[in-house]
Parts: sequence; structure tokens; C-alpha cells
Amino acid sequence: MTASQTQQEGVAKSQRSTQEPALVKWLLITVAILFSVVFIFLPIINVFVQAFSKGWSHYWQVLTQPDTHSAIRLTLLVAAISVPLNVVFGVAASWAIAKFEFRGKSILLTFIDLPFSISPVVSGLMFILLFGVNGLFGSWLDAHGVKIIFAIPGIVLATIFVTFPFVARELIPLMQSTGSDQEQVAMTLGASGWQTFWHITLPSVKWGLLYGVILCNARAMGEFGAVSVVSGHITGMTDTLPLRIEKLYNEFDPAAPFAVASLLALLALVTLALKTVLVWKSERDERIAQQSGIALRLRTAPKK
Amino acid sequence: MSIELRNVSKQFGEVPAVNNINFSVQEGELVALLGPSGGGKTTVLRMIGGLEMPTQGDIFIRGQRVNDVPVQKRNIGFVFQSYALFSSMTVFKNIAFGLKIKNWKKKDRENRVAELIQLLELQGLEKRYPHQLSGGQRQRIAIARALASKPDVLLLDEPFGAVDAKIRQELRQWLVNLHHDLKLTTLFVTHDQEEAMEVSDRIVIFSKGNLEQIGTPREIYEQPMNEFVARFVGVMNILELEVQNGVARRNELEFPAHGSAAGQKMRIGFRPYAVQVSSDLTAYRYHAVLRHTYFLGVMLRLELVLPSGLVLRSRISKEDYSRFGLADGKKVSFEIRTYRILSREGGLLGDEVATTHEMPPSIGEGI
Repeated sequence: MTASQTQQEGVAKSQRSTQEPALVKWLLITVAILFSVVFIFLPIINVFVQAFSKGWSHYWQVLTQPDTHSAIRLTLLVAAISVPLNVVFGVAASWAIAKFEFRGKSILLTFIDLPFSISPVVSGLMFILLFGVNGLFGSWLDAHGVKIIFAIPGIVLATIFVTFPFVARELIPLMQSTGSDQEQVAMTLGASGWQTFWHITLPSVKWGLLYGVILCNARAMGEFGAVSVVSGHITGMTDTLPLRIEKLYNEFDPAAPFAVASLLALLALVTLALKTVLVWKSERDERIAQQSGIALRLRTAPKK
Repeated sequence: MSIELRNVSKQFGEVPAVNNINFSVQEGELVALLGPSGGGKTTVLRMIGGLEMPTQGDIFIRGQRVNDVPVQKRNIGFVFQSYALFSSMTVFKNIAFGLKIKNWKKKDRENRVAELIQLLELQGLEKRYPHQLSGGQRQRIAIARALASKPDVLLLDEPFGAVDAKIRQELRQWLVNLHHDLKLTTLFVTHDQEEAMEVSDRIVIFSKGNLEQIGTPREIYEQPMNEFVARFVGVMNILELEVQNGVARRNELEFPAHGSAAGQKMRIGFRPYAVQVSSDLTAYRYHAVLRHTYFLGVMLRLELVLPSGLVLRSRISKEDYSRFGLADGKKVSFEIRTYRILSREGGLLGDEVATTHEMPPSIGEGI
């Protein structure tokens, strides 16, 4: 196809609708694809290439080191604690925000967003200032033999703080949009608030909730900055996977950090796949809900 | 007395939605709450159901004051305009939901659902999901679900709003039959006056949060209490008259002054059936040209244009129409047989005034 042909087609198209000429369209698509290949796709591929650069056996050897093992265990533990807690918090907060009117609602919304806008390092420092040796509660905690900073509790706290918004942010718009008709019907049928939540609300937001959970989990396992500040980097004790990767990177074996990093990259790919499935499912459910509710409402012709 | 509202008002923040409403519904009655949107009728229904709290006044269900009774304990069946079927549950589970919440035994639940499936003709749909059903089926399931735990009253919000015209007609008849079988006190909200007329025992008319009139369909049609009701229910010719020389006139039309002084104004209204038409130009005192004929079924509505340009609407049977040989563009003579004074300066509203002695036909098609 020659350039003039392309242009003619472009002109014809833009006359037919409000579409831009084909040239602009292809230019934009090319830029977008090039950008994502160079900055996203190639680096991820490179992680795997580097990880296996010294062969399978070396890869396996790095992953089975006791210190790497302990980092995997710690990362799983931190996620296992912080994700459920954030699910409970996220559901409670989104329920409160979507279903009730109260003073300070917009302030609560802002607070939920706060962790997104604060640098993770600052988040970590906030916990040091609270619970560190010279911190606000430091001497009291020390006197009672409770160790938070440079220990697992500090890592969990920092992770919870950083992953705080994921579930709530996902659920709030969903709960606001599902409308309260089904919930009100349930109440007229005798259901208490809790029964209504359990039988009606939760099933209708389940895909969104799952989506929030996997995003929250991905971030909980991958968080570096905040955790790095509070962990103390004690090898085999307070190193999570990202911290372990950094440590290996500073050592002499160039393949080792990438071997561990490939685990997190794999987690990212699994998250992406799950996300795609969940988005598809929730959109399908929404279509169904619309077919049974809103679409019908559109057909209501006002009578004279 | 099944439902009673005493001096009930409702405000949403600063906005008054319902103003000092009083009415009661007898056990087993089928009552329509009718009015234009924003009239407050849905708010009244929701207050009876316990989904809204009245700002003032008391609501009684079967003699018990229910203001402080939460919605879960009011024993009402509520059907939403959107039907609000539980989208993640089958038809069976939808209907059984209230029974499960109320801890009915499994066997009893199954029996009750089977009974309702039979009653509402939903056989074979038990395992379907709401999105797999037609609008009419969804509505029947919503009603079955509301009826399941044997409520004291059934409340329906715009029950026929979400289906197309043909199904709406079927559903109306079906609701009347269902009500006839169950004898359950039923209130439904509608903005469609024809629907209210056809289905209900009595109609409560709302406008801008005020109760305008309550009565049987016939009372409301034949004795509207005010201009709003007269205009809202059925077609009405409305004229503004001015009194001159002891006669109230508008263009060429003349009416008695009814004691009003010269220069005073007065509004009158009359139904199309009160305008008697003939093709014999000497039969009646006024003349007009038939501008357009609307076919409403057995009855036809005529649009008459007077020499002065004034337009009136009349109604005639199909038989008379052909007997007179009427057609658009023909000249006719006419008479206004009865009318009603709607408002007048310095006076109260009047009863219907007859200019001749013929009874108006009863309401029917083409109102």
C-alpha cells in the first residue's frame, strides 16, 4: 500500500466518522507498542534470561540456599498476615463509605489513598519514629521486651500500611454502583445487616474483591522501600524476597539475584493472568446485572 | 383497618417530600397510589414498608403503630420497580430466601416455594437464574418472593413500569386475579392513570407531596375535587371564563355566571363525553369543524375547532360516528351538557352543573 493510498483511506474514514486519519492511528499504536516492548517486555524477558544464564542447576542451587528459603518463607508469612487484615479493613471501609452517610467520609477516603501518595521509604521511617529505640513508644516496648523494628512485626506493619488501599479502592466504586435495591429487598424479607452482607452484597462484589486481593498480595510480596527501612537486613532472619535480591545483587554472582527475581517476575505474570480472568468475569456479571435491571428500565416508555 | 397513615410528613434534609398525609386502607383492598413523578407516592410506599422513616406522624399496620418497628419485623412484602432479584441465586433460592432467613424447615420451605411456583405459574423455572428470564417472569418471581413468608400487606413500586405495553396489559389482569384469589391488602405505586383506573378498588392521588384525592376510580373520574385531579385522570376540556352582563363567556361559548360579578374570572372543566355532537347543524346551538378523529377502539375522540379558533375535545361511539356520517373537515353542531366549576375568584368550587338532563355515560374506553 502506498502512502497516498493510506492517506486517501484515512480521509475517507475521517469523513465517515470522527476517526483520526490512519497515519495518526498507526503512529500512536506503534509508539505505544514500542514503548511497552522496550520498557516492560524486554526487561522481564531479560530477568529470566539472566536467571538461567548459568544453567538450570545453578538456578536451582540459588533457590535452595537456606537464606533464600528463609526469605521465601518470610515473604509468604508477611503476605499471609497483611493481606487478610487488609481484606477485613477494605471490606469494612468500603461498606461504610458506600452505604452510609457520615461526617468525615471524605477525610476517610483521603486517608485510604494516603499510602499511594507517600514514598514507601517515608512510610518505613514513620514506623521507626513510632516504634524504634528512640521512637515514641520505643522505650516502653523495650522495657516490655517487645521487638517491632528490625523484626517481623515491623515488616508486617510496614507492608499493611503500603498495601492498605488496594482492596478498599477496588470495592468502593463497586459497592456504590451495585445499588442497594437487592439489599433493601433482603431486609424486607427479614435479613439482618450481617445476613444481607453475607448473602447479597459479598456475592455481588466477589470478583472485584478477588481482584483487590491479588493486587494487594502482589504488592505485599514485592514491597521493597518501606520494608527495607524497618527490616534491619538480618540475613536469614528479616530478609524478604526483594531484600534478598538486593543483597545477592551486591555480591559476586551475577545470575543469583536474577534467579530469585524470576520468582517475583513469575508472581507478576500470574497476577496479570488472574487479573485478566477476573476483569472478564466481573464484566460478564455486570452485563448480566444490567440485562436484568438497567436495560429493562430503559425500555420503560413514559406514558402520557 | 389494615394500613393507616396519620398526619405523616417526610422531609429529605430541607426538601419536603410528603406533607401531612392521612389515609387508611381496608383489609383486603387493592389500592393505587397515583401521581406524577416526584409526587411523593413512592416515598409513602417506602415509609409504609419501613424503608424510610417519617419525619412526623404515625403509621399503623393492622392497628399496631409501626414507626419504631424495623423493616425486618414489619411482615410486609415489597416489590421494587427494578424487581431487584438476587442475581447470584436461582429462582428457587430467590423465592426461598425470606423463608431461610426466618428459619423455616427445609421441607416447609420446599412446600411453600412449590405452592408459589404453582400459584404464579413459574413451573420449570426453579433452577434458572434471573438473567435467563423474561421481564414478566422476573416480575412474577419478585412477587412470589415477596409473598413467600405470608406478609400482612403487599407493597409494589411501579409494578408494570419495566415491561412493554402488551405484557403490561396481561400483568394487570393477572394482578387483579391474584388479588382476587389471595385477598391480601395490596398497595401499588403508578404514574399511569389508566392502570390505576383499571386495576384498583380505590385510588390515592398525590401531587407535589400532597394528597389530592382518595376515592374509587369512578368517584375520581366523575367527581374530581380539583383541577389537578381533573386534568391528571382522563381528558378534560378546561376553559377560563370571564363574566360580562351576567353571563360567563369564553369566545362564543356562554355559561351562567353562577352569581359571579361582572369582570370576575372563573375556570370550568368538562369531560369529552359531555360534549354532544351532531352532523345536523340545527340540532345544537354551537358550531364547529371536526379537525381530527382519534380512534380509541369502541369510542372515538373528536377534536373540534370553533370559528374563533378555540379547540374542544368530544367523544362519540363508533356507531354514532358512522350514523352521522362524520369525517375530518366536516361541519358539526354541538352542545356542552355538563360541566364543573374548577375555581372562581372569591368563591368555592362547585358541584357538577348540568345544562341538560341526561346522565353521563359510565367510564369506559377512551377516558
